[in-house]
Amino acid sequence: MADRHSRSADVNTGGPGVTSSHARPVGATASTGVLDGRSGGDAPVPPDFRHNGGALGGGGSLPRRKGFGAENAFRGLTLAAGTMVLVIIVAITVFLIARAVPALQANEANFLTTKEWYATQTPPQFGIAALVWGTVVTAVIALLVAVPIALGIALCLSHYAHKRIATILGFLIDLLAAVPSVVYGLWGVMVFINPVKDFSVWLNKYFSWLPFFSGEAPYGRSLLLGGLVLAIMVLPIVTSLSREVFMQTPTANEEAALALGATKWEMIRTAVIPYGRPGVIASVMLGLGRALGETIALAMTLGFLNVISLDVISNGGNSIAANIANGFGEANEIGRGALIASGLVLFTITLIVNMIARAIIYRRREFTESAA
Amino acid sequence: MAKRVEATGVTAYYGSFKAIDNINLSVEPKTVTALIGPSGCGKSTFLRSINRMHEVLPGARVEGKLTIDSENIYDKDVDVTAVRRMIGMVFQRPNPFPTMSIFDNVVAGLKLNGVRRKSVLEDAAEKALRSANLWDEVKDRLGKPGAGLSGGQQQRLCIARTIAVEPQVVLMDEPCSALDPISTLAIEDLMFKLKDRYTIIIVTHNMQQAARVSDRTAFFSIERTGDPGRLIEYDSTQKIFSNPGQKKTEDYITGRFG
Repeated sequence: MADRHSRSADVNTGGPGVTSSHARPVGATASTGVLDGRSGGDAPVPPDFRHNGGALGGGGSLPRRKGFGAENAFRGLTLAAGTMVLVIIVAITVFLIARAVPALQANEANFLTTKEWYATQTPPQFGIAALVWGTVVTAVIALLVAVPIALGIALCLSHYAHKRIATILGFLIDLLAAVPSVVYGLWGVMVFINPVKDFSVWLNKYFSWLPFFSGEAPYGRSLLLGGLVLAIMVLPIVTSLSREVFMQTPTANEEAALALGATKWEMIRTAVIPYGRPGVIASVMLGLGRALGETIALAMTLGFLNVISLDVISNGGNSIAANIANGFGEANEIGRGALIASGLVLFTITLIVNMIARAIIYRRREFTESAA
Repeated sequence: MAKRVEATGVTAYYGSFKAIDNINLSVEPKTVTALIGPSGCGKSTFLRSINRMHEVLPGARVEGKLTIDSENIYDKDVDVTAVRRMIGMVFQRPNPFPTMSIFDNVVAGLKLNGVRRKSVLEDAAEKALRSANLWDEVKDRLGKPGAGLSGGQQQRLCIARTIAVEPQVVLMDEPCSALDPISTLAIEDLMFKLKDRYTIIIVTHNMQQAARVSDRTAFFSIERTGDPGRLIEYDSTQKIFSNPGQKKTEDYITGRFG
């Protein structure tokens, strides 16, 4: 999540700043060139060779530095945009904390260890234990399922598939990312639930000795369903980013591996995957960010039982974001504060996840930096 | 350790474009052979077809016969990876694996061959690095990234990586073109040393280099752009540079053409 913020911030500050500061002076010099030409000796002459009789080095006195020009204006503009990000983040944090604290003070139960969520009743009793559990478990299921498949697709598209097929497949994968999450939720709870139900019965029949699959019927609206729907939603993120980094592997490195007698798969293991590893980690973290924060798809597919159990196939489960979506409408003042507090917890989780990812990338920086 | 390379009617294509036409050439074991000629004359293509790296490019293919000690590497049932293990290659630009340490770079080929024992790998790495005249410079930082070395060191690292798998033949595709004169000299010295154990074929644009390092020289050329490259003359380096048999060769080495 935080990673996404910083990325979008870069785009917003860097993008317009660069293009306009390049585009602007050209237009400005062109117009002054037409209007005052060579007439004004004391006018601030832009550093343009046309004004110096064609000689790039210039013949006359040096043009004065402009007091207030496009350069300064755009520097100020980009600076303002950059500062705005900070201001927004601080404002959001302050608002969240200010709203959360009164609710937390009114809470009669332990916020961190309580499983139930009765924030709107008096006295309010609520805790995030079961919500955090559901959030993390669905995200973990999603990543366990999605990442291997996504990496397989990415490698297939970047190194195995015929170029034309790869382009089409890549487009289809990107299309998956464009499907609104509410559609995933609807599809999950109306269609996908049936095979998952059958799958749960099968899992329970043969693997009930594993605590994950020991749950009793009814099956269907479970952490498993939520996790699998999330997996499909995470898939395109991990796939397209990983594919991108795999395709950037320098040909020289691939050829080096092949020339050492590597088979194609060995070449991929020696040259492609290590080269793409930081990118893959980043893509997985982006996917995890989406999985942790996903709201409506989980709000529609989970069974809303605030329990903590290793069992993932029985009806039940709830996540922080889904709980906020479902509870916000009927919540009173304290209830909303409580939901905001849970949102802060979610924010903390994504922050920690991102920090871990950055630590992983940082630890290998010596190798990844020289790779660039 | 060193084998004889013999090309018979080797013709290579990029898609429908014929890059080299009917090359016949025989390289003796434990010699250095230089391939010279103007840009686009197909010397690199020929070099890459010796270890079947040419066909890695999409649409590229090779016709003809290329034997290593009378074994045709283009036979249908030949394992390509075995061919490439037997015939190592050093590329124009140093290309150590950027994510690997110096040590891992050197032993990458051995690991691909399933060697896992640490002691074996360590011995092989030291031996290869010593052969590549790099050991003294890197022995204290084997765990550091290979891409952190200077260009010349990186190229010697790549040579070490190539000879660590003990190939029969070493191909070098303009190995010094990205290096400064001192690093170039270091690599040329190295070629003299490696000649005792390997058959070396080197592509170079630098005629002084060809004259310095090679025993025999092959001159490739093209009639005009779009024509396939042909072998014009192949003889001892001394003969080629002092008394070439062909007018074209003479024009090229005296700088009147190309």
